Amino acid sequence: MKPPQFDYHDPQTVDDALGLLAEHGEDSKVLAGGQSLVPLLNFRLASPDHLIDLSRIPELAYVNRSGGRLRIGTMTRQSTVEHSPLVADNWPLITEALELVAHSQIRNRGTVGGSVAHADPAAELPLVFTTLDATMHLRSKGGRRSVPVSEFFLTHLTTVIEADELLVELEVPPVPAGTGWGFSEYSRRHGDFALGGASALVTIEDDVCTRARIGLLAAADRPLRVEAAEKVLEGEAVTTESTAEAARAAVADINPTGDIHGGSEYRKQLIEGMVRRAIDKATARASR
Amino acid sequence: MSELRNVTIEINGHEYSAEIEPRLLLSDFIRHEAGLTGTHVGCEHGVCGACTVQMDGAPVRSCLMFAVQAQGHSLRTVEAMNEGMDGALHPLQQAFHECHGLQCGFCTPGFLMSIEPILPEAADWDERQIREAIAGNLCRCTGYQNIVLSVQLAAKRMRDGEIEPPAPDAPSLAEA
Repeated sequence: MKPPQFDYHDPQTVDDALGLLAEHGEDSKVLAGGQSLVPLLNFRLASPDHLIDLSRIPELAYVNRSGGRLRIGTMTRQSTVEHSPLVADNWPLITEALELVAHSQIRNRGTVGGSVAHADPAAELPLVFTTLDATMHLRSKGGRRSVPVSEFFLTHLTTVIEADELLVELEVPPVPAGTGWGFSEYSRRHGDFALGGASALVTIEDDVCTRARIGLLAAADRPLRVEAAEKVLEGEAVTTESTAEAARAAVADINPTGDIHGGSEYRKQLIEGMVRRAIDKATARASR
Repeated sequence: MSELRNVTIEINGHEYSAEIEPRLLLSDFIRHEAGLTGTHVGCEHGVCGACTVQMDGAPVRSCLMFAVQAQGHSLRTVEAMNEGMDGALHPLQQAFHECHGLQCGFCTPGFLMSIEPILPEAADWDERQIREAIAGNLCRCTGYQNIVLSVQLAAKRMRDGEIEPPAPDAPSLAEA
């Protein structure tokens, strides 16, 4: 189908975009890469009066490191981050997950900020930034605020971003030395939405796990970090048994939504298996 | 009624100007305003890949963009594939022809646009890598097997410098 009518705005600066959001906030949608929003428009599941396109704002597209922290401008294309040596060398969990985001044609247009703001619990990037303890930087005409990722996602397709606010930057702290990473998901075909998945960061010093981060994909109404599973690993050597126990703990309290592609119980078992795989990969990659 | 916009979009080295609604999809601009009907429209929500074109060299879904967003960018569609080749087919098109990489042909322009930029690397790929690379394009006829063979043949020929179309007595695929 064809999109409904809307008033189109293509501001050239962030200030202009924030001015438009202050004026039209509730009646507008922000267009980033459009790989989720344009299908919604084509299906007429969304029909905003105003569309505010960020693609003419060069100041929102960058990947760099300052103060040891990764900073990604909201309009940076996913393919740009996927091929960034800075990201691959220092935050390889992002690179590994990006290869699983839809298809290369989608990643050439899709943006990092767009995927995160869209907040689909089956999308890889929201989970990755959850696992990495990222900070989301928001701006509005009236000011700016920073939100830890743990408070950013509220439920399906819903974040704390207010109608007059814009997600402008994602900031990721450095990963401790000796940390291994793993991202695992299962989908029927490469590039499809995953039925379930998991991400893991495991830090090992002198054969003991000193820090673990475990997150679940498509397990709840938002990307889910599971501290109960992290605690199982921390303070001990990572073994087959502790990995299995952590995976059991990770899914103990989840109740994923079942559909034609897989029932709830199936998805729960699937996610448990993905947690084991993610921890296995992370442990193997951790320098000890 | 949203305001009409004057846009000029470069496609295959030519500039096409029109007064359009901002909601006009790029795929519809290419077909209906520029008259380049080689770009096909299948699902219109980014799943099938039939509408894939190259923007600044990178394959993108033209049904997931508005035409107004393409102003200032350089587009390339399937019509440009064998430009300057004196009527011969591009090696990838030739390989699709020889390997029977299409049946009805509806999905083919999208496949060609997606695969062309990766051909230089694909010569060293195994079948799984090729299948992952073409996963963003759907074909309902071939079962993909002959598309994989087409990619392998074209990539091999381009790596070996055999970019001319083969003579009629060229070895068949089985011997290549």
